[in-house]
Amino acid sequence: MMIQIDKSLYRHDGFELAIDLRVPRGSLAAVLGPSGSGKSTLLNVIAGFEPLAHGSVLLDGHDVTQVAAAERPVSMVFQEHNSFAHLDAWSNVALGLSANLSLDERQRAAVDRALDLVDLTNLARRRPGDMSGGERQRIAIARVLVRKRPILLLDEAFAALGPGLRREMLRLVKALHTSEGLTTLMVTHQPEDARSTADKVIFVDGGVARAPVDTARFSASADPAVKAYLGAWS
Amino acid sequence: MISQARLLFLSPAAVVLAVAAGFVPVLVFALAQGGRFAIDGYVWRILVFTLTQAALSTALSLALAIPAARALARRNFTGRGLLLSLLAVPQSLPTIVVVLALVALYGQSGWFSGVISLYGLGGILLAHVFFNAPLALRFCVEALEEVSPENLRLAAQLGFSSRARWQHVEWPALRPLVPRLAALIFLLCAASFVVVLTLGGPAATTLEVAIYQSLRMDFDLSRAVTLALLQALLCLVLVLVAGHLAAPAPAAARLRLHAPVQRRWGLSGLLTTGLVVLLVLPPLAALALAGAQNLAVRPALLKALGNSVIIAAVSGCLTLAIAWPLCLLQARLPRWRSALGAIGLLGLVLPPAVLATGWFIILRSADLGAASSMILISCLNTLMALPFSMSLLAPAMAGQLLPQDRLCSQLGLSGWTRLRLIDGPFLVRPLAQAYLVAFILSFGDLTAVLLLGSQGLVTLPSLITAEMGNFRSASAEGTALLLAVLSLGGTLLANRIGRPS
Repeated sequence: MMIQIDKSLYRHDGFELAIDLRVPRGSLAAVLGPSGSGKSTLLNVIAGFEPLAHGSVLLDGHDVTQVAAAERPVSMVFQEHNSFAHLDAWSNVALGLSANLSLDERQRAAVDRALDLVDLTNLARRRPGDMSGGERQRIAIARVLVRKRPILLLDEAFAALGPGLRREMLRLVKALHTSEGLTTLMVTHQPEDARSTADKVIFVDGGVARAPVDTARFSASADPAVKAYLGAWS
Repeated sequence: MISQARLLFLSPAAVVLAVAAGFVPVLVFALAQGGRFAIDGYVWRILVFTLTQAALSTALSLALAIPAARALARRNFTGRGLLLSLLAVPQSLPTIVVVLALVALYGQSGWFSGVISLYGLGGILLAHVFFNAPLALRFCVEALEEVSPENLRLAAQLGFSSRARWQHVEWPALRPLVPRLAALIFLLCAASFVVVLTLGGPAATTLEVAIYQSLRMDFDLSRAVTLALLQALLCLVLVLVAGHLAAPAPAAARLRLHAPVQRRWGLSGLLTTGLVVLLVLPPLAALALAGAQNLAVRPALLKALGNSVIIAAVSGCLTLAIAWPLCLLQARLPRWRSALGAIGLLGLVLPPAVLATGWFIILRSADLGAASSMILISCLNTLMALPFSMSLLAPAMAGQLLPQDRLCSQLGLSGWTRLRLIDGPFLVRPLAQAYLVAFILSFGDLTAVLLLGSQGLVTLPSLITAEMGNFRSASAEGTALLLAVLSLGGTLLANRIGRPS
């Protein structure tokens, strides 16, 4: 199991989320559910940004419940502000390897290669402020590549992009997921993203994050909560 | 309608006229003198001291404020809210009260007598840092808390050290602010009057104080004019530099996530936060304790209180009469917005002593009684309060009047009816707040009273200086406490009014 959270509880300001799930290595799971149900919270718990009230987080077989975010085998991409505005694209990617930007020859080559993979080589010296939303998110993806952490969390990473660009980014994520052997969780508001990209769905609703099920089974579910969420989608 | 709208232009015209009456006579007098206003050694020494103390005050304030702000931003501990509120107190205290608080603590008969030498450069720096370090601290904390939570989480995920966090997260957030803050503090300290007058001495005098001494003590008008020209030039340059540095404010981040909270205290953060606390709290405590023992109602106190209230009430009315039309014009005439804003700032560009010099030249043959000097004082206070009152009124005008224009014109609401039914209820709070701010500033003002006051005119702040000068420090402490409590109470009331219900 790559991600294992057993009978755990997150609690903050009267909001509660019960988490009991296991995600096998190499899965690409979509995290679906109504607004405010706790999809992002689930990712934050895995990444180490939010502590659990009780329970434990096991990543790659190690208990990381008390481990700081930087030490966990996780990279997370947010909807925006994934880069530092005063640094160019290259440096923003390089931060993934060295927080004080002192890179050796091999690391510099890795940054170049990652930028090439996300098609940003020509924009390497541009700052995020001078780039489009899609280009900025590709900076974040390139940093995921150089960090080489086995778990990738996408928190509505492409929600601000247009439909064409979003599909393109999902294809990129899927390709990297396969080539790098990542375990990927992506929060999305678009059930069609799950159908096109993910092999599993984690449904978060009513204060519970449910164990992943196959995408096909999820969309055919007879569960009233799922049906209410999906509405006309099928 | 048209004639009513034209009446609004009386307000910028009045400001320009008042400022011109301050500056033009200085210029004319200087030109009439020919080359006799050469800068001699005395003037040169004053200029150098003015710049030196302002530079040192600015550097010290920022050196304390920035590391302390790094430590206090995004941190949760009991008493943090109280601490930040206490650090806001110096801004709402009249300068003379702070001077007295410092004397009560570090002066000859103070609790910590001899810890530092209060008179001269040391005391001036102490008082300036007392005012400006908490000011800078609060601005920096605000800027640091604007950093997007995503960036902070990213920093946590990438395992940034304290140095990397400073380099990639905190300094970029502070960089647009710090140069402007430095320019503002430098400007405030370069034009500082009460602190330098009371804590300085013959060897520690600034242009502003030297103008006052030439004008009111030595009756040396030509020297006053030389100094005023120099001071005007200096402040103009500083304002232009500050304006040049004024970068547009960065777009505020939407706080979608809870930002992560800092847990560890760094050594420099702990040290500077401690220093700021030690700088600000003990003098306030000394003032409260010493003042409470010596608070007694005396006829002189009541008379001074009455004069202060009259001057402040008139200043408040004048400020509203000028600021309201100015802000209305700003909202209605977008092309003129910056020009009208600049008119509102004129009182900051030309410091009080410069304006007073010009007014003095015009009125030198007239024999001013108490009533007319009180009006002059109110006018000078109005010019000083205008930028603050406008900054409260302008957003309300722009944010609440304009969006209602289309609906109002559709319903045929205009003029007095519209003001009474639609705009009035929105404007009551900002107007009251703008009035109170002008009232408080004028209530605690000593600068205008000393520069323009007639012989027998005593206000609360000038009563404090008189009592200090007559070695009646006990009564001075009582008067200062009264002034402090009234000023703080007014500020709290203004904040309460300004808060949306």
